[in-house]
Amino acid sequence: MTDASMDSVPVKGTLTTVDARTKKRNAAEKRFKAYGIVAILIGLFFLVVLAVSILRSGIPAFTQAEMQLEFVLTQEEFDAAESQVLKTKAYENIFITKLQDALTEKGLTVAFDAAAIERLLGKPGSTIREFYRANPDQIGQPVTFSLPASSRVDGYFKGRVSRDTVVDSRFFEASDLDLVDALADAGIIVRNFNWNFITGSDSGVDHPGGAGIGVSVIGSFFMMLVVLALSLPIGVAASIYLEEFAPQNWFTDLIEVNISNLAAVPSIVFGILGLAVFIQFMHLPQSAPLVGGLVLTLMTLPTIIISTRASLKAVPPSIREAALGVGASKMQTVFHHVLPLAAPGILTGTIIGLAQALGETAPLLLIGMVGFIARAYPEGVVSGFIDPNSAMPAQIYTWAARADAGFYEKAWGGIIILLIFLLTMNIIAIILRRRFERRW
Amino acid sequence: MYDIPHHTQETAVTDVKIKAKDVQVYYGDTHAIKDVSVEIENNTVTAFIGPSGCGKSTFLRCLNRMNDTIDICRVQGDILIDGEDIYDKRVDPVQLRAKVGMVFQKPNPFPKSIYDNIAYGPRIHGMARNKAELDEIVERALRRGAIWDEVKDRLQAPGTGLSGGQQQRLCIARAVATEPEVLLMDEPCSALDPIATAQVEELIDELRQNYAVVIVTHSMQQAARVSQKTAFFHLGNLVEYDDTSKIFTNPEDSRTESYITGRIG
Repeated sequence: MTDASMDSVPVKGTLTTVDARTKKRNAAEKRFKAYGIVAILIGLFFLVVLAVSILRSGIPAFTQAEMQLEFVLTQEEFDAAESQVLKTKAYENIFITKLQDALTEKGLTVAFDAAAIERLLGKPGSTIREFYRANPDQIGQPVTFSLPASSRVDGYFKGRVSRDTVVDSRFFEASDLDLVDALADAGIIVRNFNWNFITGSDSGVDHPGGAGIGVSVIGSFFMMLVVLALSLPIGVAASIYLEEFAPQNWFTDLIEVNISNLAAVPSIVFGILGLAVFIQFMHLPQSAPLVGGLVLTLMTLPTIIISTRASLKAVPPSIREAALGVGASKMQTVFHHVLPLAAPGILTGTIIGLAQALGETAPLLLIGMVGFIARAYPEGVVSGFIDPNSAMPAQIYTWAARADAGFYEKAWGGIIILLIFLLTMNIIAIILRRRFERRW
Repeated sequence: MYDIPHHTQETAVTDVKIKAKDVQVYYGDTHAIKDVSVEIENNTVTAFIGPSGCGKSTFLRCLNRMNDTIDICRVQGDILIDGEDIYDKRVDPVQLRAKVGMVFQKPNPFPKSIYDNIAYGPRIHGMARNKAELDEIVERALRRGAIWDEVKDRLQAPGTGLSGGQQQRLCIARAVATEPEVLLMDEPCSALDPIATAQVEELIDELRQNYAVVIVTHSMQQAARVSQKTAFFHLGNLVEYDDTSKIFTNPEDSRTESYITGRIG
């Protein structure tokens, strides 16, 4: 740089006026910020729409119209009913009589027949009979029965069914709504919080009122146990080997590429693999959480391996050097120093992998965890793994596919419960990460 | 004390601790160290100086086989410690590193307590039979690292909470806790301020009583202050290796002279 060139620098404008170039740059910056804000607002808008529509459609699933009736069954009535040929019909008649008595007591005169009660409640006789056979000491005692009302009665309370839309059929008649109104006025039909939805089992296709998600929550739980027990140790061991021990050559490169690709394989492919390998070849039981867990393990492994490798990579090499420098072996270095530092990241990755697996439906379709009625809780741990069961997303899918409008609402309710589980898992992941994160 | 520079206090009898002969190091196709032969003496501070990328750190890391962890690195030639070839197939690098301690450029305490930082090495080498012995080892190491007085009341505090200079002295204490015979230091003061540097340099001079110390440094003043022997590396070659006083006052090679006078590097 010579003095001559210094002199030739042209005199620019003052700092107080903004030149055209700067103006352009500032405008571009402002535009970019605006794009960002717009993108976030769009995202938030859809999130709100999603949350509102899920809550609006799903919350009714947590209440259920029930017919509550308290009455006393005498020993004579019990004996008489048990001696009949059509026993549940006899109990139904008893119920109708008791209902009539209760109405008369309240000074109401409503005419109804057995068919109308069946349209409102299904068949109450069997529930009552089962109760007294299981609890014979309750005979002669006042007992309150809460019987879930039929889908249309429930829908009437929730605004899904009205006098204008109801079509007379053998399932329901418009005149039944007068009976429902009268019973509601008498306080016999009430809308209650539906614990059965959270703890209960699936019900038949024509009986949405009794359907619950509880059994499939247990199914999901056992599946997650399998996924956790398999994918965490295998995934972490594989990542530690690949990241810390394996030599860098074409073979490990190939493995690496394949793991990344595996993470992008559609989940239904894992489902068909599970069907072919676990059920058709290994003859594991169909529809079992064990098989579901195995399939989801295949799906979760790449996620866990990728996140574990990322957190191992994030451990500063100086820590490894320090450990090697004092004479620690490779394995001591990894297990005493690297792994504890990577643990929060590994945990987070695992929980996110599990959450992903929890919400996965497609592979479960192929191994038969949908399309049947998950009626019974498993009897024990082993039964929990190998007896046919559903899983939360599979149950939701099953409900959504059923005809009765009552099940549609159940599907949304199931989604709320699934989301609660997922949110809980994500919160746990955040807490664990905060808690175990160490700084260096 | 008298104003005698350290390098004039040389011990009359010197025995060779490390002997390197015709050492070649390759990173893939790059020839990083060319024909380096050097004899490092016991109870001496040997400084490796040279411009960046000249191979001095690489050579240092050969002395405790730290380069083994780099896949593409190949070492040829002989490096003998006490007459034993450390690249012999039968030598376990883990055992070697217990004998040849290392202090790194950036202080790298483990994210554990001060006590555990020091106790880790002795623990994995089974040097203490019980807690009392371990306590003793920790105290001795911290005293030798000239940091005992500062941390004795907070041994359970995290080592990462100390200041940079304290951390580096903690790392030196950690390195001496396993009773090595050679101490390698890779620019131990480059991340420290002048006061911390002075403390660490004083410590290095004390450590000379018990160990052969090899230090890589970018600061020629530091090399002149702490070392008795100096090796000048340039482009992977060992250009000159002699008494520090000679290198800094009357170098034989013109490149050495250019470097120490600041014309290259």
